[in-house]
Amino acid sequence: MLPSLVIVFREVFEAGLIIGIVMAVTSGVAGRGRWVAGGVAAGVFGACVVALFTRGLSQLFGGSGQELFNACILGFAVLMLGCHNVWMARHGRELAAEMRAAGEAVAAGSKSLAALAAVVTIAVLREGSEVVLFLYGVAAAEGGASIGMLIGGAIGLILGSLVCLLTYMGLVAIPTRYLFGITSTLIALLAAGMAAQAIAFLQQADIFTAFDQTVWDTSWILSDESWLGRALHTLIGYVDQPTAMQLIVYAATLAAITLLMKLFAVPAAQRPHAA
Amino acid sequence: MSIFVLAAGAARADEPVMISLTIKDHQFEPAEVHAPAGKPIALSVKNLGAIASEFESDALHVEKVIAPGGEAVVHVRPLAPGRYNFFDDFHHATQGFLVVP
Repeated sequence: MLPSLVIVFREVFEAGLIIGIVMAVTSGVAGRGRWVAGGVAAGVFGACVVALFTRGLSQLFGGSGQELFNACILGFAVLMLGCHNVWMARHGRELAAEMRAAGEAVAAGSKSLAALAAVVTIAVLREGSEVVLFLYGVAAAEGGASIGMLIGGAIGLILGSLVCLLTYMGLVAIPTRYLFGITSTLIALLAAGMAAQAIAFLQQADIFTAFDQTVWDTSWILSDESWLGRALHTLIGYVDQPTAMQLIVYAATLAAITLLMKLFAVPAAQRPHAA
Repeated sequence: MSIFVLAAGAARADEPVMISLTIKDHQFEPAEVHAPAGKPIALSVKNLGAIASEFESDALHVEKVIAPGGEAVVHVRPLAPGRYNFFDDFHHATQGFLVVP
């Protein structure tokens, strides 16, 4: 029971942080419940498919199929998060200011919703495929799904969902006028972390090998394996032993998103106050 | 008891040093492998257990899910001398070391 509980909780916890942020970012946008639920459902389906084909996937591209797949879906998530922030830089304030009648703002809102639903799908797919693969193995080893495994998995799922709920409630408790700035920052950091993780997969696949030396080691302060380390890894891309290329990609992603947000933002004169 | 695998010194500078290990009964076999410094390494990990493993190492920057009965090759860039830990992220008691003298 305990191994299933720990693994399920850990993966749901990681996906739950991202879902919680997405729920907070889209709060007040019409139809977001359906989009997020659809994103989760697509992620669960995708997780089962990926888990089923793990062996085949690993053997693709000279044994680096798994790395390439992870790098691609993470790259796509980075793009979606970046687009969301850029669209919202222009229309977020109108949405937040309850001026949803403005047609352009509504269009940007639903585009963003689709982008964020895709991010939810990718988060659930990545974490979920590990859960499916692990539980399938446990069930196979025990000659069928045992009651202990199912109870452990269910408790893990409930606790993980609680993290999602707490993330959401913590964020929406922030006053509206700060919420936009805080969620934009969170989304940008999330994107930078995912970009750095994508590049790590390309390094692991031996595709991208430049600047691969470890720059520092903070594992003695905060290990990647600790709960806080895991949470920060998911949220802001914390790694205790980053390579130079990971740091470069992280900084470049943050810089690119910040720059694009500034470029596409509504001219300062039309805004009540600057971001 | 750990078995030491001494990598062939004949490998060229850019040719990865191949090291094979297996996971069985939640143990790496061998639990400690050796590799020369300054050479790329290819770790071939075979999961002989019934449950999926996630071969992971923060120090080596690798993370790879290995299905039961599956085999994965992870590429490690040239290393400085040291003792590098790796583990099964699905079963943390399963620990091993890559030692670079």
